[in-house]
This record gives sequence, C-alpha cells and structure tokens, in this order.
Amino acid sequence: MAVDKMTKLTLGPLAYHWSSDRRRDFYARIADEAPLDEVYLGEVICSKRAPFQEADLPAIIERLERAGKTVILSSLAEVMLKRERKATADLAELDTPEIEINNAAGLFDRSSRPHRIGPFMNAYNEATIGWMAGKGATHVTLPTELPGEAMAIAASAARGLGLGVEVQVFGRASLAVSARCYHARAHGRTKDNCLFVCEDDADGMPLCTTDDRPILRVNGIQTQSETYINLLPETGRLIADGLTHLRLMPQSVDMVEVASVFRSVLDGARDPLEAETALREACGEVRFSNGFYHGQAGYRRIANVVPV
Amino acid sequence: MSLAELICPAGTPAALRTAVDAGADAVYCGFQDATNARNFPGLNFTPEELAAAVAYAHARGTKVLLALNTYPPAGKVDLWRQAADIGARLGVDAFIVADMGVADYIARTHPQVRLHLSVQAAASSPEAIRYYCENFGVKRVVLPRILTIPEIRQIRTEIPCEIETFIFGNHGLMVEGRCSLTNYLTGQSTNMDGVCSPASDVEYRREADGSMSSQLAGFTIDCFGPEEKAGYPTICKGRYRTDHREDAYYAFEEPISLNLSRLLPELIDAGVHAFKIEGRQRSKSYVRGVVSAFRKAVDDIRAGRQADIADLVALTEGQKQTQGAFETKKWR
Amino acid sequence: MISVTEQASRTRLPGEGAVARLACAVVQPLLSRVVRRIAASHPSVFARLGAHQSTDFLIDPVELPFALHLRPDPRALVLRAVPRDRMPEAGAVIRGKFLLLLELIDSEEDGDAAFFSRDLEVSGDTEAVVRLRNALDDMDGSIAEETAAMFGRPGRAILARLRKSYAEART
Repeated sequence: MAVDKMTKLTLGPLAYHWSSDRRRDFYARIADEAPLDEVYLGEVICSKRAPFQEADLPAIIERLERAGKTVILSSLAEVMLKRERKATADLAELDTPEIEINNAAGLFDRSSRPHRIGPFMNAYNEATIGWMAGKGATHVTLPTELPGEAMAIAASAARGLGLGVEVQVFGRASLAVSARCYHARAHGRTKDNCLFVCEDDADGMPLCTTDDRPILRVNGIQTQSETYINLLPETGRLIADGLTHLRLMPQSVDMVEVASVFRSVLDGARDPLEAETALREACGEVRFSNGFYHGQAGYRRIANVVPV
Repeated sequence: MSLAELICPAGTPAALRTAVDAGADAVYCGFQDATNARNFPGLNFTPEELAAAVAYAHARGTKVLLALNTYPPAGKVDLWRQAADIGARLGVDAFIVADMGVADYIARTHPQVRLHLSVQAAASSPEAIRYYCENFGVKRVVLPRILTIPEIRQIRTEIPCEIETFIFGNHGLMVEGRCSLTNYLTGQSTNMDGVCSPASDVEYRREADGSMSSQLAGFTIDCFGPEEKAGYPTICKGRYRTDHREDAYYAFEEPISLNLSRLLPELIDAGVHAFKIEGRQRSKSYVRGVVSAFRKAVDDIRAGRQADIADLVALTEGQKQTQGAFETKKWR
Repeated sequence: MISVTEQASRTRLPGEGAVARLACAVVQPLLSRVVRRIAASHPSVFARLGAHQSTDFLIDPVELPFALHLRPDPRALVLRAVPRDRMPEAGAVIRGKFLLLLELIDSEEDGDAAFFSRDLEVSGDTEAVVRLRNALDDMDGSIAEETAAMFGRPGRAILARLRKSYAEART
C-alpha cells in the first residue's frame, strides 16, 4: 500500500468506567507513545460517571495536547435527566470547534456553530450528512453498522461538502444503549443505587448464551459486541473510499501497540498480513469481526484478500 | 383536557379495517419494504392497498399515519423519498419519521403533510424534541418508553408540539433507533432494513423433555420449560449467563409487555395528546381486543366515569405486563 | 432419533393405522372443495405468501386422527389429510388443538398469544409460518363459517357444537 500521511488515526472516547489511576496512566502513555493524531475524551455512556472523569480531564487534555495530539470532547449519547441536559448544554457552550455531539439535544444547544457529529447521531446517508453540514457539522463519524458500500457513498458526499469523515476500525462495537443499567441489574441493583459496579469490568461484563457461547458485553447502560471490530485488512479500501479518519476504541489491551500496528499499515511500513499477526498478539484470545463492513452479521469475520 | 387520541397498529389492510371499526382515532401502517420498522414477511401495504385503506379510514373519520421511520443507508435514500411521495399523493394524514434527511425532504417537498417524530429518533429531552420541531416543523413526538410520568409532564411544558406515548404492547428496552443487536447476529439491520429478530433467522427447537429453545441465527436466545410462558426471540429478552451469577438470567428484560391501562388518567393529565398501541405484527384478533378495550377506557375517562379496563394479559408477551419506566425510576 | 424403549412408552398420538387412513379418505373430497373455494374467493392471500407458495406446511391438530398437508401454490394447490405414520417432509410444522388452529385461521385468536401461552407450537421454517399467518390474517370473513356454510344447516350445527366443546374444555 502507498504511504499515506493524510489519513488520521484517532482514539475514541473511553466507554468504560476505569479507575482514576488507570485512566490517568492510560492517557499518559497514549500521549507519550501512541502514534495517534486525535483523541476523543469525555463520558459518553453514563452521566453518573461523569464527575469522576471531569476531575482529571484538564490534566489529561494538557498532557495530550503537549504531545501534539488534537483533543475533542464528546457529549453524552443519552440525554434525559436534568444533569444530562446541563452537561450537554455546557459542552455546547465551549468556544473550541472540537466538540463531538452524540445526541440531538447537543445539536439544539450548539445551534449552527461548528462541531463534529458522533457515531450515535445516525448519519447513515448523504441526505442526512448534507443536512448536518448545513447546520455547522465539520466532521462526521459514520454508524459502525453501515456496510462498506454505503460508507463509500456517504464518505464521498461528506468529502464533497468539505467534511472530515470517520469510522470505527478497532474495538467492541456499541450495539445498543438503554435507560436501564444492566450492570446494576446483573448485581440486583437499580441505576440510582448502582455503587458503580461497572468499574469491576474494564473491558465490559461478558454475557454467554445458556449453551456457553460468548455473545455480548454489558457496559452500564450500553450493550457491546463480544468481538472486537478489526478493519485492519480493509484500511486500504476505506482510504480509497474517502475516509479521512480511522477510529480505535480503547479496550483493555495494549492500545499503544494497537495504534502502532494501524499506523504502520497506514505508513506502508508493514504489510497488512504481518500487521494482523502483531494485532492478534496484542489482543490475546479475543475474537475479531468485520461482518458489519461486509453487510453480514456483525460478529462474523469475513476472510479478505487484501489488495496491496 | 387533551384529546387522548388512540393510535392503532395496522399490519395488513384487514387489520386496518378492524382497527377503524374498533374505534381507532388514527391507524399507522407502512409499505412492504425497508422504509418502516416492521418490515416483516407477509406484512404491510402495497400502494394500491394503502389507497383503499386511506379511503376506508377517511370515510369513517379515522386518520392514517404512514411510518417512514427507518434510516436509509447511503445510496438508497430514493426509496424513502418515493415512499413519501406516494404517501402524500394518497392523502395520508401524517408521516412518522426518524432520519433527518428524510424529515428534511418531506418538510421541503410535502409541507402540507404533518410530520410526527418516530420513537426511532429517540428524542428524550425538550432540547432534542425542539431541534426537530424548529428544523422540520414536527407537530408531534412519540416519546421513548423510558420516561416517568412527572418527566413527561415536565417535557410537555417545554416543547411546542404534541406528545404521543405508547400505552400497550412491546416493551422496548433499548433506546430505539440506536440498536444494532439484530444486525450483529443476523446481518439484517433494525435501522436500515426495518427488521428485529427476522423470522428467517429464527428457529424453535423442541427438546425431549418438552422444553422449547429459541434460536436466532444459531445463537440460543432462551429456553422455556414445558410449562413456562414464552416470548419473542429478541436478543433483549433473552436469557444469558455471566461469571458472577450461578444461573442464566434475563440480563435486559424478561418476556413482558407494556400495559398502561391504569395510568391513562394520569397520562392525560400530564398532557399526553395521543396513546399509541404497539403491534403491527399482531393479528386482527389482537387489534380488535386491544383497540376496543382502550376505546372504551378512553371514552369512560373522557365522560368522567371510572374506566373499567378489560383484562388483556392473555395477549401479552410471556403473559406478563408491566408499567415499566412510566411507574417508577426504579425500573432503570 | 427415538429409541425403541422411548417409542414404546411414548403416548401414542391418534392417527396411525387403518382407521386413520379411512378417516383421511373420507375427509379428502371435502378438503379439496374447501381449499378451491377459498383460493377462488381470496386471491390476495397468495401475494403475501411470496416465495413460500411452494413451501410444504404440515398443520397438525393434535387430537384429530390425521394432520393436514398444505402447499399454498395457486397453480397446484394442495390440502390433503395425511395419517400420522405417513406424514410428508414439511418445510414448516404448526401444531395445536384443532379448534385453536381454526380460530387462528379465522383471527378469533391471536397467534403470538397462543405461542406465548405454549398452546401453539411451530417448528421448521419460521418465516414460512409468519408469512402464512399474515396472509391468512389479511382475509376478511371466516373460513370456518364459509366451510360450514358449504354444507348447509348440518355444517353450521357441527361447527357450533365443536366451538362449544372447545370453549368448555378451556375453562
């Protein structure tokens, strides 16, 4: 593959409730060692967790920016309660153009000032992307379940309007969000008295079928895929189709190594097959999937002949 | 007092006539394709059938709402636009939409037809609802089934449009319009294809001991004992194992249906404009039973009488009912 | 596979042997008349069936001495009674009490509710069953009534008696 210095590698917002120490150490290493261009921060899943995040946020932002990384703040995916409405409105008030909106409440609050469209905004097609661009969107992250063919059309439309266009290429897929907390439920609690039990599962709480087949992960109000999406073999295609940004989602693996693997493929320094082996080593036993991209069941891994 | 319109499901022309005859104020339906969220085999309307249905309903003072409430994937937007054009030509009373591109097209092309915001748009705050009202002229929002009645009352004071809430039927657990669970296991998308646990991927297996397991694309969703009541084979109503629990459990929700018959007066008082009955995939028998029961209840309430609600538990999933989030925050 | 001992201890369903074959022979002309009549008066049913016009359905009323084999192909419609020891390979099987099945066809009962309560059992191709259900549900009128009417007053009397005994059995 040709050397590609244009495509940006991003780190999506941390979906899990990691301890303060773990989070700080994680972003310190990301800042210093990971070959990433942009990093999304902020609590997207659960507004109850947000105060924990916010305490460390200024220091983490400072560290990342000092290391030359662009920081974007992401808004909550679900906005219902007073505190969620306020958090969304406060974020929309910020002067920076680099905020990512994940709920229509945020679009309302932001009015026509520049912003990014997050993966929870359902930008499935060129008409919707066109509408959003007219309302100040500068960048759009496509839904993870969008098949490659549609992605190409959406990306081309977004590029035509001068927008950056991004898609998740690594990590568990967000499959659903709810008003109910399934972590609390699993422990016989409700969302209001959850005692932050989600902190116990740094990579999500595994669910298996009754015949012991791993199927999903619970992360508070969010349901995720058991598999990690891995579009490493598809990166060439994605770039050719006009994607400007590729998103890695933070998981409990060596994310510096994951970023390095993707970077090396973008740089043409490593062939995808060899890179795939390195990624496999970094991720241990976890299963990879790319079914959504190929218009098939999301959990599937479709064998791919990589055009070099 | 609000009008408390009854909005009733119509999966087939016969079901539509049944709903109209049973006293629906409005019926909602969709075409036989991905443009609506009940794109199920053998269900829904051809344009010719819709034309006849509109004539039947309008002759009896019933409105027809057309669901265009899925999200077109890039490259296929025309199918949704054509569906809107046909609906407008046939004189439907409103479109129920979720996608911003679709909403924008209808607002520009068919401004004379009302726009309702589908539950699939997941607008659960005054700000989100106002975004759709101010940008697309949305006249009514169908609220997600995640709000308490005090919260609905509060929203009502902050928005310029009518509120519709579900009162009976499927108890949606996930934020609608944000759920890819079905696509993860089957390759067919709820948002893009309008399916949820598609029948083509469902298999029921009868075990030797009389129990029955339901499978979706080869994954076991649940296994019901010989005497146990069953539910739909949807992923969010399945039984799973996790490390710290000894037995498999309903990780999201058990098979159960929403039934707010006892909360109708409070909902009306909170400013709810229209009550929606879920179930386009259900039979005429269901439509007849549920619509007539709620017709009578709403008429009683409006006449100042105590509503005497028929027992509908036999029609519910798992033969169990709940008031879900509407009753208490503890549901969350 | 059912082992020999299991087979011996299994509750024997009605419908194996000579009596069942005789019963099938008696009802067959009747079924043929019914199905031709319904197909002629409700042609829209076939459109909703789509590709499943050629699916073989086995409708199995558990207390009758035979099951029904249905292939809803408008060009070669099949509805025939089959003894239980000669049941064909079917794409989909629908099993329940006879009058429940009749009430489902006539939309007096809700199929999903009967499934939730476990009174109705389906196996095989679920999509085929859903299509058939939705196609039949879109028909106006009652197949049971139409069939009974074909046989005049005695037909109606038999239907009324069947319904009464079914209603009693359920309470």
